[in-house]
Amino acid sequence: MKKHQNILLLLAVALLAALPLWLVEKPAPEADGKPVEIFAGADNKAKDLIGEIAPAYRPWFEPILEPASGEISSLLFALQAALGAGFIGYYLGVSVTREKMRRDAAKPQPEQQSNAG
Amino acid sequence: MHIMEGFLPFAHAVGWTLASAPFVAYGLHAVRKRIRDKPEQRMLLGVAAAFSFVLSALKLPSVTGSCSHPTGTGLGALLFGPAAMAPIGAVVLLFQALLLAHGGLTTLGANLFSMAVVGPFAAAGIFRLARSLKLSFAVSVFLAASLADLLTYVTTSAQLAWAFPDPTGGFVASFAKFAGIFAITQIPLAISEGLLTVVIFNALARFNPQELQDMKLLPTSELRA
Repeated sequence: MKKHQNILLLLAVALLAALPLWLVEKPAPEADGKPVEIFAGADNKAKDLIGEIAPAYRPWFEPILEPASGEISSLLFALQAALGAGFIGYYLGVSVTREKMRRDAAKPQPEQQSNAG
Repeated sequence: MHIMEGFLPFAHAVGWTLASAPFVAYGLHAVRKRIRDKPEQRMLLGVAAAFSFVLSALKLPSVTGSCSHPTGTGLGALLFGPAAMAPIGAVVLLFQALLLAHGGLTTLGANLFSMAVVGPFAAAGIFRLARSLKLSFAVSVFLAASLADLLTYVTTSAQLAWAFPDPTGGFVASFAKFAGIFAITQIPLAISEGLLTVVIFNALARFNPQELQDMKLLPTSELRA
């Protein structure tokens, strides 16, 4: 069980991410025939809500640098995730190797025990 | 949970910046001290930052039909204490504010407070509480990370409700509306974050028990469970 725990947990995460794609029904297009956007960012929805609650409010500062397009923006998000995942992968790789070498050094005779965690 | 650039009134922007600044300053001091005392934990600190980098880049769909992202601050809060996450959160939020126009400089203080102060402190507190209730290590980590994630978004809702109270219903009505967007969307994502934090802790506990033990996170008996 313990051995498969991580795989089961990752499966659960994948399911949690995928299920909404099935469960949420696409709302009918608006009166002017414009399709309603679905799975937009919650941050944007909050921005729209501010517009509803305080229609007079005007943002008083603009982002200094805005991604030139949706593609550039997803490039930067992918870069952010890749940097993080790369480092975690590197650290785990180092850790596995270190642990293995420590175990090999501790008992030179091969295949004595096989309790892998 | 990113309040967009310019979308907090000036007084709120300044107020939240002043509120977050001491946490970042103290956190920097705490991290420096930790690295000086235990240089071998430098890599692990990098992992905590990297975890937050990955998770806050992943915008996931939710049952409300909108997308949001986890924060990844629970791991670092449990490994290095909640204060350490303030400067790490600042790095993540600055990256997104400067390069991605996601969040912003004027809202950095407010976003820092929700993601890098409330979240980590909630994680550390909930973890301690769960352990004192004799819950297992994995369940405690799960609860700490997922509730920290959720509370971050509740904080954002409260910040926005405070800045933009409903003309008729005031703070409460406004909070209910913002929470409807942020907190409800976040529930499945918070569960995901909790599960992912357990996954990474499992990996760390398997290969680096010594380091985790040094941090007094794991009692010896649970090390090789």
